[in-house]
Amino acid sequence: MSARLAKGGRLIDRSKAHRFTFNCKWMRGFEGDTLSAALLANDQMLVGRSFKYHRPRGIVASGPEEPNGLVNLGKGDRLEPNQRTTTTELFDGLTAESQNHWPSLENDIGVVNNYAARFLPAGFYYKTFLQPRAAWKHVFEPIVRHSAGLGKAPKDRDADRYEQAYAFCDVLVIGGGVAGLQAALVAGRSGARVMLLEQTGHWGGRAPVDGVEIDGQPADAWVKTTVQALEAMENVTLRKRCMGAGVYDHGYVLADEKVADHTPGDGRPKHRLWRIRAGRIIAATGAIERPLSFAGNDIPGVMLAAAVRDYVVNFAVSPGDRTVVVTNNDDAYRTAIALHQAGLSVPVILDARLTATGALPEQARKLGIRVETNRAIAMVQGGKRVKRVSICAQAGEGAVLEEIACEAVAMSGGWSPVVHLWSHCGGKLIWDEATACFRPDAARPPLNHDGSAMVIAAGAANGALPAADTLADAHRAGEAASKPAGEAPKATAAEEAPMEAVWLMPQGAPVKLRAKAWLDYQNDVKVSDVQLAAREGYESVEHTKRYTTLGMATDQGKLSNINGLAVLADALNEHIPQVGTTTFRPPYTPVTFGALAGEARGEIFQPLRRTPMHDWHDAHGAYWEPVGLWRRPYCYTQGGESHEKSVHREVLNVRNNVGLLDASTLGKIIVKGPDAGRFLDMLYTGVMSTLPIGKCRYGLMCNENGFLSDDGVVARIDEDTWLCHTTSGGADRIHAHMEDWLQCEWWDWQVWTANVTEQYAQVAVVGPNARKLLEKLGGMDVSKETLPFMQWADGMLGGFRARVYRISFSGELSYEIAIPASEGRAFWEACLAAGAEFGVMPYGTEALHVLRAEKGFIMIGDETDGTVIPQDLGLGWAISKKKADYLGKRGQERSFLADPDRWKLVGLETLDGSVIPDGAIAVAEGKNANGQRNTQGRVTSSYHSPTLGKGIAMGLVLRGPDRMGEVLDFPKIGGGSVKARIVDQVFYDKEGAKQNV
Amino acid sequence: MKRYSVFAIAREALRHHTGWERAWASPLPKKSYDVIVVGAGGHGLATAYYLGKNFGITNVAVIEKGWLGGGNTGRNTTIIRSNYLQDPSAAIYEKARSLYETLSQELNYNVMFSPRGLLMLAQTHHEVRGYLRTVHANTLQGVVTEWIGPEQVKKLVPIINIDGPRYPVLGALYQARGGTARHDAVAWGYARACSEMGMHIIQQCEVKGVTQENGVVTGVETTKGHIGTKKLAIVVAGHSGQVAEMAGFRLPVEAVALQALVSEPIKPCMDVVVMANTVHGYMSQSDKGEMVIGGGTDSFNNYTQRGSFHHIEETLRALIETFPMISRLKMLRQWGGIVDMTGDRSPILSKTPLGNCFINCGWGTGGFKAIPGSGWAMAELVATGQPGPLTAAFGMERFREGRFIDESVAAGVAH
Repeated sequence: MSARLAKGGRLIDRSKAHRFTFNCKWMRGFEGDTLSAALLANDQMLVGRSFKYHRPRGIVASGPEEPNGLVNLGKGDRLEPNQRTTTTELFDGLTAESQNHWPSLENDIGVVNNYAARFLPAGFYYKTFLQPRAAWKHVFEPIVRHSAGLGKAPKDRDADRYEQAYAFCDVLVIGGGVAGLQAALVAGRSGARVMLLEQTGHWGGRAPVDGVEIDGQPADAWVKTTVQALEAMENVTLRKRCMGAGVYDHGYVLADEKVADHTPGDGRPKHRLWRIRAGRIIAATGAIERPLSFAGNDIPGVMLAAAVRDYVVNFAVSPGDRTVVVTNNDDAYRTAIALHQAGLSVPVILDARLTATGALPEQARKLGIRVETNRAIAMVQGGKRVKRVSICAQAGEGAVLEEIACEAVAMSGGWSPVVHLWSHCGGKLIWDEATACFRPDAARPPLNHDGSAMVIAAGAANGALPAADTLADAHRAGEAASKPAGEAPKATAAEEAPMEAVWLMPQGAPVKLRAKAWLDYQNDVKVSDVQLAAREGYESVEHTKRYTTLGMATDQGKLSNINGLAVLADALNEHIPQVGTTTFRPPYTPVTFGALAGEARGEIFQPLRRTPMHDWHDAHGAYWEPVGLWRRPYCYTQGGESHEKSVHREVLNVRNNVGLLDASTLGKIIVKGPDAGRFLDMLYTGVMSTLPIGKCRYGLMCNENGFLSDDGVVARIDEDTWLCHTTSGGADRIHAHMEDWLQCEWWDWQVWTANVTEQYAQVAVVGPNARKLLEKLGGMDVSKETLPFMQWADGMLGGFRARVYRISFSGELSYEIAIPASEGRAFWEACLAAGAEFGVMPYGTEALHVLRAEKGFIMIGDETDGTVIPQDLGLGWAISKKKADYLGKRGQERSFLADPDRWKLVGLETLDGSVIPDGAIAVAEGKNANGQRNTQGRVTSSYHSPTLGKGIAMGLVLRGPDRMGEVLDFPKIGGGSVKARIVDQVFYDKEGAKQNV
Repeated sequence: MKRYSVFAIAREALRHHTGWERAWASPLPKKSYDVIVVGAGGHGLATAYYLGKNFGITNVAVIEKGWLGGGNTGRNTTIIRSNYLQDPSAAIYEKARSLYETLSQELNYNVMFSPRGLLMLAQTHHEVRGYLRTVHANTLQGVVTEWIGPEQVKKLVPIINIDGPRYPVLGALYQARGGTARHDAVAWGYARACSEMGMHIIQQCEVKGVTQENGVVTGVETTKGHIGTKKLAIVVAGHSGQVAEMAGFRLPVEAVALQALVSEPIKPCMDVVVMANTVHGYMSQSDKGEMVIGGGTDSFNNYTQRGSFHHIEETLRALIETFPMISRLKMLRQWGGIVDMTGDRSPILSKTPLGNCFINCGWGTGGFKAIPGSGWAMAELVATGQPGPLTAAFGMERFREGRFIDESVAAGVAH
């Protein structure tokens, strides 16, 4: 049984007990426990089931590398699947449930996969489920899907909030072990701005557990004084529970701070995502112990040796009365010694090496612990927990020499530096033969913009594993990131003899044992699977990974990768460095989506742009339509009328009385400077430089390929100032387009642009009574003579500073009035009051669309789709024939665009008065070479015209303008078709009499 | 070669799977071949496969700088659909989709094509009209798609929030036989079938130069020496520009990184594939249980295949609004793929200025779904030397003529 020891535990506070549940069973733990420690203290060895075979799984590790201890944490709107027990701090009332089993953790039906394991080797699914064809979708895949997956899918909207913060520093130190502390101290003393991050809730890392002494005092004491020294420095920021997640280009680092994971519901954000820009990054991320590959190494109770030590020393948790230690290095002896000192039994230390004569083995022997060299575990026996181990010679093939009863196995295959952050942005690794690990190659670091090393690895993360080396290396790293700082503190720990790489235990293990020697505990990848992949030609390490799923589990291979590629290298008869590693990708440990999204949620998940009249619309029945980041009223409903009715009412009111449109979203870009005229002549297809002051001109903009991209009215304000109106959705894009050309191509032209869209509210007053309304407001002469069509004037209108444009997008008498944004709402209401006697009503975007379609005006995005040139739309009149050049001119001269046989804009009138469905396509005779029906045109805008009482449409039709009167056939979705006649696109007031009154 | 089946597995299980053969051979290059395909990604391998299958040309080498299937084939979000707007696109993507339907059986390798259904959400009125246009077009093209309303969307995707405060779901373009497949398996299955036909797949063999005589290709210089060929097919996606340069011509293609990520695996919660173009994000759930998420392309050119942060931040914001329950899932891994973008975002399958040299590139963000159709069409182009109906519209000359095949109208950025 695993249990809580009566004494000890450097991280727990026995005076603060916490109650929590695991699978609905109440358990007890202490403040300072991780959930793993608390589960083990309650003899909960079995914590989950593996992915593929549903084998029993127990806790293996004590850090974020844990592959097995994953639970559904919390409930309802705080349910979090796949939460690691090793990194979850215990709090009172915590609820956790184990995953991936049915009906229960102890009795899981899915374990049939385990009994069939022999028939389910790596990649078996590529070789089967082939017949019958429909069975994959309907039978096999559903079974695979339901047995795969791990945690429960949450159902509710997240109850928590997340925030994001930005930080800038000269030196970012990631990892708060002794290496990170020392590096931060050196950098901090140099005066640099330093940020130090530690993923757990305490400082010091492994050194205090391993009994290291620094400058003659215990590591704990040194850590305490060092943290105090750092906290006293104003230029140093320390953050615990903050994991360095990813390193990106130019010193950009993401870090995830778990603010309230251990205090859920206390009102603080759950996580805080740090976006840090650092001059230098010191990766003091330590090292992770490797498992050993022996048969039954996945049975609950088999743990990493250092994890066992952590549980004993930090949490006073015994993994069982008797723990067998199996190792290829001296470090694991510390575990045996720690267990012994805690009063627990270590029946034997099995050392795969031929000799074990270092200080630690000697100390173990002196304590009376039996040490056996050239020994290995042939097989661990047990089901849901370890019962005994059978021992064999490491040099042999697994013949059992002895069986020893035990409750736990502590294994150590050596240590792998945590090189993730070094590697994210291109840092390269070298293979260290002596310690059998990949470590950062200082000669090939990830590079900053200036070619310097962006990341400096420090301490164990740099392969400096013994404590003395770790500190010295970290000191050097701190200096490299700031400036020389004198002597490094001296760490002392027991000398360690060289380790010896052991990738398979015993070395000649037959296939029966290899098929039980796990590499990836979560994904159920065994030594035999990697060997199978190699045998079948999946020789690249990436092929092996993908074929076997090795390293693709939630720990991303932190435990399994090196062991797996050593097996692969052996199978291929190559050296490990030749085989190489898979790519290290961010994040180091998984980061909650909510934290990555931050506070941009709900209404404000994207910026919300509101016009000055927004609230008025909202209070008056606006049915909103998103237009870019804006919201515009689609229509205003009155009483219980349908949206369609509202639109018809609004259209007719504009035609018969007067309507108000909030046109504030219209893009407004000031273009100014001595070269502004010349610039606009290049930007627009027409000539803007000759536009007289006080006048307006309709303009078209094309992209370099000649396709129409935006349109709008340009007004000449003064000698060197123009105001360009763009479409509502196009303002930002067009402004960027202008700047692109000005900054990249015509950088020597004297032109300045400013997007003033939000500086003005704009109201369109449209309809036969429009002039009367403005005259009622008073203050400006808006008569036909003083302000004719396509002119503008500044003045005071009804007491408002106004710029009045006489332009029309509806075919009616129409004024667009720009006023300062702050006065927009008041002006809008003044217009409504003044217009009351003339029948004024607001109208929305849909009425706007219908009005312009009745008049045959094009709409960017409807008549255009990125493949249409102005010439297709009958807009040749807006293209200057005199200009030498404009953007798009060359593009439009290409043969396909200059071809007269293009689809061109016409009006379409259904024979029966109905509305052609949106998006309908006119068919032609026959089929093309690919068997597709030939076509000859399509609808671009289609509406019911309340003015005319029938369906009207515009469309692009092959040689359309030359085919007036012809009838086209538009098939409908689901059968039948609509017949429509090609007509002129202007359905209403062809002479333009109404807008020129 | 031994056929794969449940019986073969049972037989091998008895001897602990020690009897399986290599899926593909690893030969040394010969002096010359009838056809060399540069690039052993899905498109290159499929090209080789259909050269053998449809034209009986098997003296073929597929040469690869890295490991086969290691480029965009092995790093995409595995979506398969053919609901394209323009006729040439719909033709080749539907060809591909229909070949996917039977690919597992044809290759005797389970590529796990799963026609689980694919939805493209319409969240603005403008998008509604755009997708209605696509449905009309698809009907005439013989591609089965339909327009469905928000209630039906909710039925197909119970975890979706259709009443979002910013962009309520107004409906969706639905392709019931769209879905996903296992991306690696597509490359592996084709590789195995090519190898079975006697073709050579030569990995770790980088092309350093293209040799020619009198304007006609004669071979390639590689890290494994010169290899002669009568015909050359360049199928290298993100690195097309470089190889084209060796062959002496330039391409209207630029390379950018496309961002993707996966969550930790959870139990099944979404059967269909959902794409939301207004808010820029798409998501499906893999058979393993991971939520597979694609975002946008970086706004600068590069070749690093690295993940960057800014896009995934926006993508996740959008997807959390669309699927509020994913907020507490965790990002397991993010990465980038180098996509080759043409001016009109449509591919190039074309003859080149160099005689007997052909190019297949420019699939941009949408290449995986096209693999079988692309290979089929490219094989025809290489074998006959002339574009067939599927490739006719995709020649390089279209940029000079202005004859674009622009899908951005309907597809936005996300293919």
